[in-house]
Amino acid sequence: MNKLKQLFASGVALIFMSSAAQAEYGLNMPVGVTETSRQVYDLHMLILWVCVAIGVVVFGAMIYSMIYHRKSRGAVASHFHESMTAELVWTVVPFIILIVMAIPATKVLIDMHDTSEADMTVKVTGYQWKWRYEYIGEDVSFFSSLDAASNAARQVGSDIDPATVENYLLDVDHPLVLPVGKKVRILLTAADVIHAWWVPDFGWKRDAIPGFVNEAWVKVDEPGVYRGQCAELCGRDHGFMPIVVVVKSVADYEAWLAAQKGAAVAAKLAAIEDLDPRELKQKGKKVYRANCVACHMKKGEGILGVFPAITGSAVATGDINNHINMVMNGKAGTAMAGFKAQLSDVELAAVVTYQRNSLGNKVGDAVQPAAIAALR
Amino acid sequence: MTTVTDTHEDHHDHGPAKGLMRWVTTTNHKDIGTLYLIFSLIMFMVGGAMAMIIRLELFQPGLQFVDPGFFNQMTTVHALVMIFGAVMPAFVGLANWMLPIMVGGPDMALPRMNNWSFWILPFAFAMLLGTFFMDGGAPAGGWTMYPPLVLQGGNGFPFMIFAIHMMGISSVMGAINVIVTILNMRAPGMTLMKMPLFVWTWFITAYLLIAVMPVLAGAVTMLLTDRFFDTTFFNAAGGGDPVLFQHIFWFFGHPEVYILILPAFGIVSQIIPTFARKPLFGYSSMVYATSSIAFLSFIVWAHHMFTVGMPLQGELFFMYATMLIAVPTGVKVFNWISTMWKGSMTFETPMLFSIGFVIMFTIGGFSGLMLAIAPADFQYHDTYFVVAHFHYVLVTGAIYAIMASVYYWIPKWTGHMYNEKMGQWHFWISTVSVNVLFFPQHFLGLAGMPRRIPDYSVQFAEFNMWSSIGSFVFGLSQVFFCYIVYKTIKGGEKATDQVWEGAEGLEWTLPSPPPYHSFTQAPEIK
Amino acid sequence: MSSENAYYIPHDAKWPIVGSIGLTLLLGGFANQLNGSTSASNVMIVGFLILVYMMFGWFGEVIDESESGTYKKVEGVSFRMGMVWFIFSEVMFFAAFFGALFYIRIFSLPWLGGEGSGASTNEFLWGGYENVWPSNGPGEVGGEYEKMGAWGLPAINTLLLLTSGVTCTWAHWGLVANKRKQLIWGLVATVVLGFVFVGLQALEYSHGYNELNLTLGSGVYGSTFYMLTGFHGFHVTVGAIMLTVMLFRSIKGHFTPENHFAFEAAAWYWHFVDVVWLGLFIFVYWL
Repeated sequence: MNKLKQLFASGVALIFMSSAAQAEYGLNMPVGVTETSRQVYDLHMLILWVCVAIGVVVFGAMIYSMIYHRKSRGAVASHFHESMTAELVWTVVPFIILIVMAIPATKVLIDMHDTSEADMTVKVTGYQWKWRYEYIGEDVSFFSSLDAASNAARQVGSDIDPATVENYLLDVDHPLVLPVGKKVRILLTAADVIHAWWVPDFGWKRDAIPGFVNEAWVKVDEPGVYRGQCAELCGRDHGFMPIVVVVKSVADYEAWLAAQKGAAVAAKLAAIEDLDPRELKQKGKKVYRANCVACHMKKGEGILGVFPAITGSAVATGDINNHINMVMNGKAGTAMAGFKAQLSDVELAAVVTYQRNSLGNKVGDAVQPAAIAALR
Repeated sequence: MTTVTDTHEDHHDHGPAKGLMRWVTTTNHKDIGTLYLIFSLIMFMVGGAMAMIIRLELFQPGLQFVDPGFFNQMTTVHALVMIFGAVMPAFVGLANWMLPIMVGGPDMALPRMNNWSFWILPFAFAMLLGTFFMDGGAPAGGWTMYPPLVLQGGNGFPFMIFAIHMMGISSVMGAINVIVTILNMRAPGMTLMKMPLFVWTWFITAYLLIAVMPVLAGAVTMLLTDRFFDTTFFNAAGGGDPVLFQHIFWFFGHPEVYILILPAFGIVSQIIPTFARKPLFGYSSMVYATSSIAFLSFIVWAHHMFTVGMPLQGELFFMYATMLIAVPTGVKVFNWISTMWKGSMTFETPMLFSIGFVIMFTIGGFSGLMLAIAPADFQYHDTYFVVAHFHYVLVTGAIYAIMASVYYWIPKWTGHMYNEKMGQWHFWISTVSVNVLFFPQHFLGLAGMPRRIPDYSVQFAEFNMWSSIGSFVFGLSQVFFCYIVYKTIKGGEKATDQVWEGAEGLEWTLPSPPPYHSFTQAPEIK
Repeated sequence: MSSENAYYIPHDAKWPIVGSIGLTLLLGGFANQLNGSTSASNVMIVGFLILVYMMFGWFGEVIDESESGTYKKVEGVSFRMGMVWFIFSEVMFFAAFFGALFYIRIFSLPWLGGEGSGASTNEFLWGGYENVWPSNGPGEVGGEYEKMGAWGLPAINTLLLLTSGVTCTWAHWGLVANKRKQLIWGLVATVVLGFVFVGLQALEYSHGYNELNLTLGSGVYGSTFYMLTGFHGFHVTVGAIMLTVMLFRSIKGHFTPENHFAFEAAAWYWHFVDVVWLGLFIFVYWL
């Protein structure tokens, strides 16, 4: 038993030391960068120490008994087997301890629920397997998915050492950008299945539920890059939809926001130009690798029984309008999501063209961004 | 284990037809108990093999062995097999073997139905495990089956639903049998408050089973109709709510976790007094504590879903109610320690596993208390901290109690003593490795590693490697356990009727092994 | 203790394994059918027939044992307790669906309509949706439909079922007083009322599907309506079949004023079905 006890003690010691070693090892909950996260951390440490204290008393008594009340030391068994006083004491004392813990917990919980008087609102939508961020009232929105380097390294048998990839599985192509010191209301929902949005440094996670909007808020105290992950099992690539939040000074944030609006206008203009089918196919390959490959697989073979193959499929080799419709609007009742909102006109045109003329298909036709725009 | 029924049948490997049909058509509580226990051991190994695959993939960052989809199938089916195939049948097996003897009855009250309770299970699990060979593979949406994700499953989906229906039928029939046996089959003089604690905890467990298994059946039926018959229980567009499923599921699920632990409390309450050579401290408060835990289990379910965005009042209510459970659970732990206090203890294998249970279950209880604090749970939820928590209460809790009970009663069942030295080795190897396996997972969770992921950021690599090494050793030591059990069935030192010096209770008044029909004459109860 | 007083332990139970095989074929066949297999329905039928065969065999064996005086009071207590707790488990099965109904009406629909904590849900996802029961949700799943009224067929059905509860008890009184005619005619009336109820329920469903455009797919209203009344109707059918068996056994001269567990079990089951209907009538049809 002593070994066990030691193991437990060393575990506790590790937690205790962790504030110093946290950066390297990450043994304890991060203190985080918001008022809320600090409160949660304090609560966590309070309960932890209460548990450790109770543990020392309880396990101490047990170990003492095991050492001194053993038959091999000649202990003779007593016969007491009841004590009303004892039962009352160990019912009432824990109850009081619980009340002491419940009071701060209640305070923090009430505070976390108060989303009023926010400076701005961001709507976060979970998709299989990426996030969409919409800045409410700003006409800025974009998707955020696993960055290409991690994505390449995480394939089965990729032979890329994850240690060589910077921020392996914790980096995205387009991070969420927030201003420092502003109370940001986060609206969470999902397009397909339940996801959960979690940045440990912010002190909470919340589920993103299709058809409903959950509210939470965050007010970050210092600029920096904060990383997290989806925390609710959401299918095959649940482990591969990280969250990155870049917190900038208010001025930098404003500049970034303005640039986003400019970029959106430029993308719209670009969509009107017709592209060479070969160029479409090249772009399409990238879009396919980022959005379709998880289910339909690298060579378009799909997964028997759940995700149909693209190669030789009736949709991808049949009427092009059906194909476009499938990609844009998805198929109800299946895992096939509609990509109308997720992809730009250029990307949609590219991926449809790619699927029809690659992955073992040779239909020979192509669709231009303008045609997609007309369908919106 | 044929020796338990008839000393002439030592050579059990004879002609298949007759030998097999005995097991298929038996109505004897000991035979059925044996069937349950063997089935549970097989499922424990099957579920364990899946755990090994999980830990192998998590040994280092990057995907080395399995596809993420298959990984999800592993985590899902591992949980279903361990809960419904290993732990629950093990407890039902123990109930079958011991309850009629402990209350001084001739057999279970409804023997034919008892047979059916068992013989549904192999079919149900054949159906569940058969999904691995279907298009789309086994269910991969987690054992909690949250929609809409679970509705995306392949051809295995309806098979999983029906397998769960069958397990539910089996459990409800088993529970009815337990209740009726306890209420109607007690020997004269065996009043309720004289019953051994294992009988009491099973009595309460059986009520929980009857109350919640049908609710699970209802929940999965709604999943089935949502997928195949156009209903919209869990679809917001039709006015439903995906979270509704979670409420119904956890209304089943929380009592379910007590179904998995209350009989374990009972077992430990039998074993500790035996080896402390001192009566159980606070018998009646143990009974009341168990009943309170069972009652509270019906009003705390939503602590499994603090992050779904419930209204504030709901979160507060479920937080307070959950914290309350610590009180009766604490009472039990304090009573066990008081039983040990000033006893005359020896540390044979059953006692070692029981003490391991008390200590490590309490560690799991502490993390449970931490998880009860809703604001802190917003950080812990769906991380490896939760994985560590429930494996402490289920592996070093429920499974350790089952191990303890096997060592405690196997001399009675087989008439042979197990090899004490091997038993102790089994305990120490298991205990060291299980802590190497699960303790680091607390740190992983706190540091930010979500659960149910096949690959992780490199910062989590070191602890995952430790955890995997622990798991391989723990897995091997359970193979060793199978060997010990096999060896004890085959032979070994002859066990006395009393078996343990400090043992009290009706089971120790019967010969080891007991006759085919336990108490044809009702025993006298002092 | 002499062997006549010993608790009766049957041996060689061959029916359970038959039941397991039947159940597996029925459910496995159904699962294959749902997955789109065309031949699976044959497997289902075979499984169903095996289950029916099992019930005839199993219950037949128990009836023979009962009629030959194998059971004493103590076994009767076991059977009764078993039946009570089985009915309790059925109550909990219905509780799951009632729970779903209440959750939908008290929480999910109001939230979708923007009440309580659902303000953002309504504003950002379901703008314009207002929560009025009955509802097929903000997506208007299944298209326009009409509500099933409470005071037509359902009210008649309520009367039928309540009356059948009375006739069932009347039959029981007859059995206890050894008035066999009262027993048999009471059972006849109960069974007839029960099957008429099922028939009217079928009529109501056809009215719903054909004239009201109210289907299982009509959002949560359709889902809860058909699932609750459907499972209830299934239970009424089972109960009526049980009572029919009791009727035939009564005609054959089974049961005595002291020994009639099977009749009691069927009667309890019937009352349970009755009570569930009252819940349905109030919460599904009326309110």
